[in-house]
Amino acid sequence: MSPDTLWLAVVVASVGCYLLKLAGMSVPAAWVEQPWVARVVDFVPAALLAALVAVQGLTSDDRLVVDGRLAGLAVAALALALRAPFIVVIVLAGATGAGVHVLTG
Amino acid sequence: MAPPDRSRTLRDAVGLGVAVGLYGIAFGAAADAAGLDAWQAMTLSLLMFTGASQFALVGVLGAGGSAPAAVGSALLLGTRNTVYGVRMAPLLAPRGAAGRAAAAHLVIDESTAMAVAAPDRELGRLAFWVTGGTVYLGWNAMTLVGALGASGLGGTAEAALDSVVPAAFLALLWPRLTARGSAEPGAQRRVALGGAVVALALTPFVPAGVQVIVAVVAVALAGRPRTAELPA
Repeated sequence: MSPDTLWLAVVVASVGCYLLKLAGMSVPAAWVEQPWVARVVDFVPAALLAALVAVQGLTSDDRLVVDGRLAGLAVAALALALRAPFIVVIVLAGATGAGVHVLTG
Repeated sequence: MAPPDRSRTLRDAVGLGVAVGLYGIAFGAAADAAGLDAWQAMTLSLLMFTGASQFALVGVLGAGGSAPAAVGSALLLGTRNTVYGVRMAPLLAPRGAAGRAAAAHLVIDESTAMAVAAPDRELGRLAFWVTGGTVYLGWNAMTLVGALGASGLGGTAEAALDSVVPAAFLALLWPRLTARGSAEPGAQRRVALGGAVVALALTPFVPAGVQVIVAVVAVALAGRPRTAELPA
């Protein structure tokens, strides 16, 4: 990807996300408060974040790949289940990924 | 308005700003790992200023996805801020176009949650502005630290960073799947599982990043309630 394309993506996405915020402050509430709209919007984060967890943790290009990232995810899940703070979760996952990299290097 | 309420609101808002700053380090590092320079990471934190969308953009780019797929993922996650804005508009009643433009920029998960949780309207406004302001400062300062700190790392540190990004997404997702963070944890878990399965199943067949968007649209529409399920 060229630097220009990358900048374009950064700026377009930033302006778009801002306009989504501004729209909420500006449109009549009835447009957004339809039950099915509210419900679909309520589900988008869970679906998207889970899809990103899966793609970031288990794929490389167009292939499924099992490596230290999966071990890091498992450790992160355990830490989250034990209600560890965000920074602890992140450090443990990173250390696990690094450890697997060193061991399998 | 009782002073203890006011000081508690201020204390919580500042604490949240500091805590979110820690996510900012992770974001700066993730942006660097995805091939963005520090200017681009800072542009996102200053202008986009909505963490999950920022992580989604750099996550898709880092996975080799196209610019439109990355932008699409960021915008999909940004839609919830529209709903927050609808809730915040009557509470904040911003004056004029400039007031509305400024308030809109600070409409994020944290500022909305703090404003909604405040005991009355005046404290709600205070909570919104102070939380939004402290999170903005903490998020941007720590994005810079993460983006600069992550450049020039070796192979083992890159492997660590590769594991940090999916873990950060999991940490963002986790509260939505628990009874403490969601009104319908069971439904949210099914949605999350569906999103992950569809995205993985599509990975060999579609360009990088597109599987994420298709998974979200498919699962969100499938989760749409039948008429009978709607609350009265």
